[in-house]
Amino acid sequence: MREIEYDVIVVGGGHAGCEAAAAASRKGARVALVTFDKATVGAMSCNPAIGGLGKGHLVREVDALDGLIARAADAAAIHYRMLNASKGAAVQGPRIQADRKRYRSAIQTALASHSTLAIVEGEATAIDIMHGEVAGLRLADDSIISTRAIVLATGTFLGGTMFRGEERSIGGRTGERAATEMGRQLRDMGLPIARLKTGTPPRIDGRTIDWAALEEQSSDPEPWTMSPMSTGRPLPQTFCGITRTNSRTHDIIRSGLDRSPLFSGAIAGQGPRYCPSIEDKIFRFGDRDGHQVFLEPEGLDDALVYPNGISTSLPTDIQIAMVQSMEGLGRAKIVVPGYAVEYDYIDPRALDSRLAVRALPGLFCAGQINGTTGYEEAAAQGLIAGANAAALALNEAPLILDRASSYIGVMVDDLVLQGVTEPYRMLTARAEYRLQLRADNAVTRLTGVGEAHGLIGMARQHWFAKRSKDRVEILSALQRPVTASAMLAAGAPVRQDGVRRTLFEWARFPEVPTSVLDRLLPDLSECDPLLRGEVMEDAHYAPYLERQTAEVRDLRANESIMIPSHLDFGAIGGLSREMQERLEAARPETLAAAGRIRGITPAALAAILVHVRRRAA
Amino acid sequence: MADTIFALSSGQPPAAIGVIRISGPQAGAVLERLAGRLPKPRHATLATLCDPEDGDPLDSALLLWFPGPATATGEDLGEIHCHGGRGVTAALLRVLSRQPECRMAEPGEFTRRAFENGRIDLNEAEGLADLLLAETEGQRRAAMAMAQGHFSRLVTSWQSELLRLSAMAEAALDFSDEDDVPGEGIEKDIAQGIEALVEAVMVERQRPTAERLRDGIRVVIAGPPNAGKSTLLNALVGRDAAIVSDIAGTTRDRIDVPVALNGVAFLLTDTAGLRDEADDAIEVIGMSRAQDAIEAADILLWLGRTEDAPTFNAIKIAAQSDRPDWNMPEGADIAVSAKGGEGLSALVEMIVGRAARLLPREGEYALHARQRKALDLLAVELDQAHNVHDMLIIAECLRRARQSIDALTGRSGTEDMLDALFGNFCIGK
Repeated sequence: MREIEYDVIVVGGGHAGCEAAAAASRKGARVALVTFDKATVGAMSCNPAIGGLGKGHLVREVDALDGLIARAADAAAIHYRMLNASKGAAVQGPRIQADRKRYRSAIQTALASHSTLAIVEGEATAIDIMHGEVAGLRLADDSIISTRAIVLATGTFLGGTMFRGEERSIGGRTGERAATEMGRQLRDMGLPIARLKTGTPPRIDGRTIDWAALEEQSSDPEPWTMSPMSTGRPLPQTFCGITRTNSRTHDIIRSGLDRSPLFSGAIAGQGPRYCPSIEDKIFRFGDRDGHQVFLEPEGLDDALVYPNGISTSLPTDIQIAMVQSMEGLGRAKIVVPGYAVEYDYIDPRALDSRLAVRALPGLFCAGQINGTTGYEEAAAQGLIAGANAAALALNEAPLILDRASSYIGVMVDDLVLQGVTEPYRMLTARAEYRLQLRADNAVTRLTGVGEAHGLIGMARQHWFAKRSKDRVEILSALQRPVTASAMLAAGAPVRQDGVRRTLFEWARFPEVPTSVLDRLLPDLSECDPLLRGEVMEDAHYAPYLERQTAEVRDLRANESIMIPSHLDFGAIGGLSREMQERLEAARPETLAAAGRIRGITPAALAAILVHVRRRAA
Repeated sequence: MADTIFALSSGQPPAAIGVIRISGPQAGAVLERLAGRLPKPRHATLATLCDPEDGDPLDSALLLWFPGPATATGEDLGEIHCHGGRGVTAALLRVLSRQPECRMAEPGEFTRRAFENGRIDLNEAEGLADLLLAETEGQRRAAMAMAQGHFSRLVTSWQSELLRLSAMAEAALDFSDEDDVPGEGIEKDIAQGIEALVEAVMVERQRPTAERLRDGIRVVIAGPPNAGKSTLLNALVGRDAAIVSDIAGTTRDRIDVPVALNGVAFLLTDTAGLRDEADDAIEVIGMSRAQDAIEAADILLWLGRTEDAPTFNAIKIAAQSDRPDWNMPEGADIAVSAKGGEGLSALVEMIVGRAARLLPREGEYALHARQRKALDLLAVELDQAHNVHDMLIIAECLRRARQSIDALTGRSGTEDMLDALFGNFCIGK
């Protein structure tokens, strides 16, 4: 028996890899993070922003499980913005823009504080397999590091090809190599692998932008942070500029379409619909007179500016002309032109809800390799895969989050059941229990779960214990009954129906401002504003939350009807070939999961149920 | 592998012909064993059936062979049209039950298999259940419409409209910061879409219930004591169902009599006479029951003073028009002499005319309690969506509305509902 050097090896030092390594280490596993180049660990390869609608939820959830991303974001943030601030908290999306270098160094510092985590430079070339299970990782120098579990977080580096106009180069990020050999092995193992595409815009030298001519968008003045553990905003805040494409820009883009790899057929992989390249926008929505472009600074002492909204793979000369046609950019200089990347991903239906590859015990996958896009999606998967890889190595219970618990649970369930047809991005619309899955209550939902799985460090455990106590106190104080006339006396013009309601119930009425509640309950005004905001939002949507709670109970009951793992879906009459293929690919673990697969009709579900019962009988 | 099931699909013997249905993987083998050969698919073939064990001839019968999956159950299917005597059918069923992997079908099992094999959806299955139980022409037509999937198609169209509206609401929520998503306009579009759906669902909710169609329309005869209520009931049902006498208060309890008038099922109810003071406790109970019946009536025949009619749409009958001192009172709808029969056929026409409004028209369907409940839920959610301005709540209501449609097409609550549904079938249809 060979000695095991590491419990878990993580391949890749991006957002998924870093969270995976850190989560496994928090659980007490010995972890090696293997990367081409130590210096690039924690790099933001595309836009310098973290969070947003749906994505901000993921960041808060990863943070509630003591992950790295939110605190690193606060350490590096130079612009804060709460999206959808005018709407209910359930769809509000906290978003920051980070100083790219400071973010990377915040992540590297955080990783260095994990005592059981080592960063190993090298190129992973193959997974070493013994008795049908993961045994180690082979590097380019033919050395093998032995391990019990591997998390692949290789991003776009797997079979990555970059495109710009007629140019082609192999690699996942400009100036870096691609992990081609590993890609070949995964294909040879018979894993379902296909291609996706993504892109990035040109980077502009901020000193050549005429900022005075542009509309400004400044940072939110309210002092919120991405993580409640952050003490504030350490860096000075900057502003973004807003410009627009115009008809001249569109003409320039059209003149270059025949040289775009997207339209010449060079790229076969599907790109994201919600993050289209500028040439896609012009081609599909040619009637629009212009599209907004946000000019986002990449750092405090960095002149680079990221023009959000013009991701492109047009030839460099067209990119220059296009950029210079926009207001404020007449003399702008492109430092690095934009490009598209086509890369391999594994059909995530080959994974189970631990993000483990069903066909090879010990192998886990996280991030873009699973067909997702975005730092936040990657980080969240990294945390799940890392925690479960450690759980496997240490013989502990797996961490499985369901759809009712979190956006993370929604994403994992979507991926492993539905697969992807384009890069998967989180949207609040994907979460059916959206009203209870808010960015502002991630701690209440998940930190306790994290504790049970050994994922929460001491500092946060102490903080959470106090917060839980405060929460219980404030909720019980809000149970005090108050009559309608007393509410009126306190300054809330409520209808005098003579009904006595608890303060929690009164909080739902639009006639009851928080100032009145503060007056009636001084403890409320003194409580942590974040906790107070969460409790008030709970009160506001209480009737809807109750209904959803009932639904969640039903959901969890239906999750108890298990489908045997080797059930032959082909043997069940009444399932169309398409349904059979989808069920075979996703291998749902429960009847409820089968029902969520697209295109599975009630009749099909009943047929599966009866078939399972008949087998059991 | 599924068992092969069989059952006598025609009515109770003795009858001229008995039809035995066999469904499942062994159906072909069983036919071949009994007849010596497998008939040509989908052709009626005459054959002598023998007991495979001893070669004893059982009957000379007509055989039909339908190879699956394009059959009623989605499986291989055989039919034996034998002589319908008790002895013949019993012998055939006995021989069938001795065949390997064959057993008697449970109630509703043929339809259950059709459903499991995707041959029919849930609404169609329910329609089929009604069709088999239909006794009147109206019941048959409505069940037929349901079984043919008219309602399913309508629900599917709502589903796609709901998806469209949901998609708009989600765009307003998740992508409102993008300048391509119209801000104000989209909210108005959503509100209009919801309003149109609210109306469409309302029309469906006003449809008659299937239970009414099956159990009969409730016609209640009420009025003061000694007004001729029981005489009218007897005249309408054509027999002495209720005791008639000159003594006021002869009818002390309600009397329910099912009857078919012009092919429509009715449940006629005679009630105790209503007056201000009662003689005894029993009369009080009788009058209270009469009140309950009046409230539950679909059609009320009122035999009292026209101005006393308890509901505005009662058919106000001037009864006992055969009496010598009789005058047509003001406001009465029709004059009837139950004794002589004058006006009786006009009254029947009037009742059937009213009933036609309560029952599905040609090609229409009636709704089951399950469907009605889902529609009510759908209406509640749509109504709420229509009355709030918080897009988050609108989206939530639309999501739940979509769920209630899932319930209509049978997606959730699966097992209990299936048991109840298929338990309603008689064997072998």
